[in-house]
Amino acid sequence: MEVPILKQGAVLIATFQAALSDADLNHLRMGLVQQVVKFRSRAVIVDVTAMDVMDSFASRTLREIAHMIRLRGAETVIVGIQPEVAFAMVQLGLTLEGVATALDLEEGLAYLNEKFKTTN
Amino acid sequence: MAKRDGTPADLEPKRTEEPSELLRELVAHLRQNRTQLREEWVVRITETRLLTAMTKEEIFAEATSVYDSYVEALETEAFEALQAYARNLSERIIPRGVETHEVVGIVLLLRDVLARSLFAKYQTDFKKLNRILDAYEPAANRIANTVAVGFVQERERVIRQQQEAIRELSTPVLQVRERLLILPIIGVIDPQRARQLTEQLLRGIRTNRAKVVVIDITGVAAMDLTVANNLVQTVEASRLLGATVIVTGLSPEIAQTLVTIGVDLGKMNTVGDLQGGIEQAERLLGYKVEKLAEPR
Repeated sequence: MEVPILKQGAVLIATFQAALSDADLNHLRMGLVQQVVKFRSRAVIVDVTAMDVMDSFASRTLREIAHMIRLRGAETVIVGIQPEVAFAMVQLGLTLEGVATALDLEEGLAYLNEKFKTTN
Repeated sequence: MAKRDGTPADLEPKRTEEPSELLRELVAHLRQNRTQLREEWVVRITETRLLTAMTKEEIFAEATSVYDSYVEALETEAFEALQAYARNLSERIIPRGVETHEVVGIVLLLRDVLARSLFAKYQTDFKKLNRILDAYEPAANRIANTVAVGFVQERERVIRQQQEAIRELSTPVLQVRERLLILPIIGVIDPQRARQLTEQLLRGIRTNRAKVVVIDITGVAAMDLTVANNLVQTVEASRLLGATVIVTGLSPEIAQTLVTIGVDLGKMNTVGDLQGGIEQAERLLGYKVEKLAEPR
């Protein structure tokens, strides 16, 4: 399944679909980092609004994506985690520690704006 | 002994009736004498001072439908339908303040009134009376049981509903500034309430687009490992929705408990009291509060 990746200036926005297989996630991990390199992006927003379930593999993949992207000097923000999904995640101990999160795309962009302002 | 219809005793049929025939016979009798038996029953209800919360007209109306359902249940043995009827009836009368003992009482009275009328009808044929009662009693007892259980189930459903409502009311998620929510927790937190609290808070964060939440536990008396972990989970889940949580009002006892249990307090942002918590929240949100004049 193709995950649409949009470029908004120095930010890449990847919108996850509802049912991503492990293979999709693996594919995405490499794909996103390649895009960051290609466009010299400063940040990636991963929008998971459409995901109604987040298992440990998806959670780990997100953390790995953020880690790899940080090695390229870019920031990752996960946005759109639904209340029910957040609740289920913390019960399983999946806290996405070390990865920035925001309520939605708007908040994610606002967070990045602040961050870029202070680091410039 | 002669039968009522005039057949001499020695021409009585020797076979015994099937139970279903007996049932049909007694149901027919109960239907034929519906008006007077129902009236008798209503009189007994009033004498025994049951259903005092209802007017005479209401009692009569309900009595009519209960009587008919009772006789129908005897006839069809469709007890599920009766149970559904009992729950439906309960839904109507519980808000009127009718108690369990009243419902059980009136059903038993009806059973007695009908039994007496059977005694009267078959008093000259003791053996037949026994056979009739053999058919009647198990069915009548099952009816009484079914109605009572239906009533109690409905009551329990109402109680659960009210408990849920109380739980929701008792954990209000309050917006005090834009992007700032306060969740004051008072009383005992059991795992169910903790879960409900977390769900309500997360929904509130999304609806109000909150960036900071102050959870005040001044009113919480004691905390055990389960509840402490629930609190940590609430903080973590809130972060996943982009909100920072400040916990305020930890009593010395709770602070001691948390340290003893070994809860990772590094994951929690805590401030002494609610006032301090709100002040820090405002700072996080970029507010500065300045006093411009003395209070009037």
